[in-house]
Amino acid sequence: MKKVRIANGQGFWGDSLEAPVELVRRGPIHYLTLDYLAEVTMSIMQKQRARDPRAGYARDFVGLIERVLPDVVEKEITVIANAGGVNCDACRDALLGVVKRQGYGGRVKVGVVAGDDIMDRLDRLIERGNTLENMDTGQPLAEVRSRVQSANVYFGARPVAEALGKGARIVITGRCTDSGLTLAPMIHEFNWPADAWDLLAAGTIAGHTIECGAQCTGGNCLIDWETIPNLADIGYPIVEAGPEGSFVITKHEGTGGRVTVASIKEQLVYEMGDPREYITPDCIADFTTIKLEQEGPDRVRFSGVKGRPATAMYKVSVSYSAGFKAIGSLVYAWPDAYKKARAADGVLRERLERLGLKFDEVLTEFVGVDACHGPLSGEPSPDLAEVALRIGVRSDDKATVERFTREMAPLVLNGPPTVTGFAGGRPKVEEIVAYWPALINKSEVAPQVSISEA
Amino acid sequence: MAKIKLIHLAHARSGDKGDTANVGLIALEPSFYPILVENVTAARVKEHFRGICFGDVERFEIPNLGALNFLLHKSLDGGGTISLKTDAQGKTYSSALLRMEIDVDDRLSKEILGG
Repeated sequence: MKKVRIANGQGFWGDSLEAPVELVRRGPIHYLTLDYLAEVTMSIMQKQRARDPRAGYARDFVGLIERVLPDVVEKEITVIANAGGVNCDACRDALLGVVKRQGYGGRVKVGVVAGDDIMDRLDRLIERGNTLENMDTGQPLAEVRSRVQSANVYFGARPVAEALGKGARIVITGRCTDSGLTLAPMIHEFNWPADAWDLLAAGTIAGHTIECGAQCTGGNCLIDWETIPNLADIGYPIVEAGPEGSFVITKHEGTGGRVTVASIKEQLVYEMGDPREYITPDCIADFTTIKLEQEGPDRVRFSGVKGRPATAMYKVSVSYSAGFKAIGSLVYAWPDAYKKARAADGVLRERLERLGLKFDEVLTEFVGVDACHGPLSGEPSPDLAEVALRIGVRSDDKATVERFTREMAPLVLNGPPTVTGFAGGRPKVEEIVAYWPALINKSEVAPQVSISEA
Repeated sequence: MAKIKLIHLAHARSGDKGDTANVGLIALEPSFYPILVENVTAARVKEHFRGICFGDVERFEIPNLGALNFLLHKSLDGGGTISLKTDAQGKTYSSALLRMEIDVDDRLSKEILGG
C-alpha cells in the first residue's frame, strides 16, 4: 500500500532554523510542511510591506530554501509553507531567484495560493452585510474598523492540493490552516474526494498533531519529562499516511525525543475546544473517535477517525491596533526579597498616581512567587533567595505608557535595597496589535492558485 | 477516604484561544479516568482557579483518550497580545490544575503514594 511521509519542520515563526534542514537530510520524507504564521504575524507583515513593497512575507523561508534546495530537488521532496504572508508574489519572486541562482531553472515549479487577503475589500464586504463580528465577544467589526491593520481568510487544504496537482515542488500560501498544510498532500496523493469526511478528518487530525513541531515528539512534554532522551537533538514529527485514513506519527531514527501514546495525547488536547467539533474549511473532525496504539518504538498509530461535513463559513483573522503597553522588571535579593519587591511595587504605584497617570490596567507579578499559578502558588518561603518584580501597564495613550517606563529605573537608587537586574535599560513601549476572530461565508472569497517557473 | 493531588493521577497540557485557556487533563492509567470524571467537575475546576478564571468553566469528556478538556473563559487578562501576564497563553495552567486535591479511597491512595 502506498505510504506518504509528511514532516513538519516549523511550529511557529521563530521555531528552530535547523529542524527543517535535519528533516530533509536525516531520513526519507516526501513532503516538508512549515508553519510561519501566528495570529498577529499578518499585521507585522502588513507594516513591513507598507515600508517596502518587496517585503511582507517570511524571509526565513527563503533562507531555508537556499540551504535545502539541492536536497529537495535530488530527493524529490515537496515543500509546503504558509510563508507568503501578505505578499505571496514577492515571496515567490525571491524563491524563483534562489532556484535560478542555484541552477535549478526549469526543474522547480513554485505554486502560490493567494486570495486570502481581504484587507482591500473590507468595506465592501461589510457593506454587503458581512458583519465580521468577533467570535468571542459578538461585537461587529465596524466598532474597530478604523483601527484594523490586516484581514485574512483561513483557506483549507483544497487549493494547496490543487497547486500540488499542477506539479508544484514548492507551494507557498498566505493565510491557510496549519492542519491544511498536512492534509493537502494526502488529498493530492490519495485522490480523496471533497465529501470523504472521515478521511479528511483523519488528515486534519494528523495535521493538528504535527503542526506544533516537536510538541508531539517529546518537546514541552510533562509526562516523564526527565527521562525523554536527547532533547538537544529532538526529532521533528513525521506523519506516515495511507490512503485508507489510518496513519502513524513518528520521527527520524537516531533523533532525540519520544513518540508515545502519552506524548501524542498531550498534543491532541493542546488548544482544544469542543473535542467533537474541530472545525476547519475542509471538514469537522471528531477527536472522540480517535483510536491510538503504540505500534513500535517512537511510532503511534491513529485509526477510526470520523468526520462530518464542512460548514459554509471560512474563519477570518483580523488584527487591529489596541493601544500600548510596557512591561518592566527588577530583581530583589535576600533577605526579605518578596517584602522588598512588594514595597517597591507600592512605591511605584504611588508615584504613578501622583503623576496623575491613568492606565487601563497595571498588573504586578512576583516572579519566583506567584507569576504562573497566582493564588494557587501557596505561601512563599520566608527565606527566598530572590524575587523578580514584574510590572506591566496598558493604555490607549502612548505618552502615558512612555512615562511609566521612566519611573521604573529610578527605583534602583530611590527605592528598597538589594535590587538589580536593570541592565537592559528602560522597558520598551509596544503597540498592541490584537486579534479579532470572525467568520465569513465561503461564497464571498475564492482562493487563487497559480504556478510559476524560474 | 484520602486526599490526593491530581499530579499523581493525570498529566496535562494547556493552551489558549483569545482570553480563554484550555486545559487537557489526561489519566495516567485507564482506571483513573472514571475517578477524574467523577471528581474533577467544571464547578470544582472553577473553584480551584478562583482569582485566575473570571468566566465560566466548560468541561468536555474524551473517553477514548482517557482525557477531560476544560475551557476556562476570561482567564488570560484579555489574552494574546493584550494580556500583561507572564503566562499570557496559559501554558502553565496545566500544572496549576494538577495541584488540585481530590478524595479517593485509602487503598488506591496507598497504592499510588506507597506507605
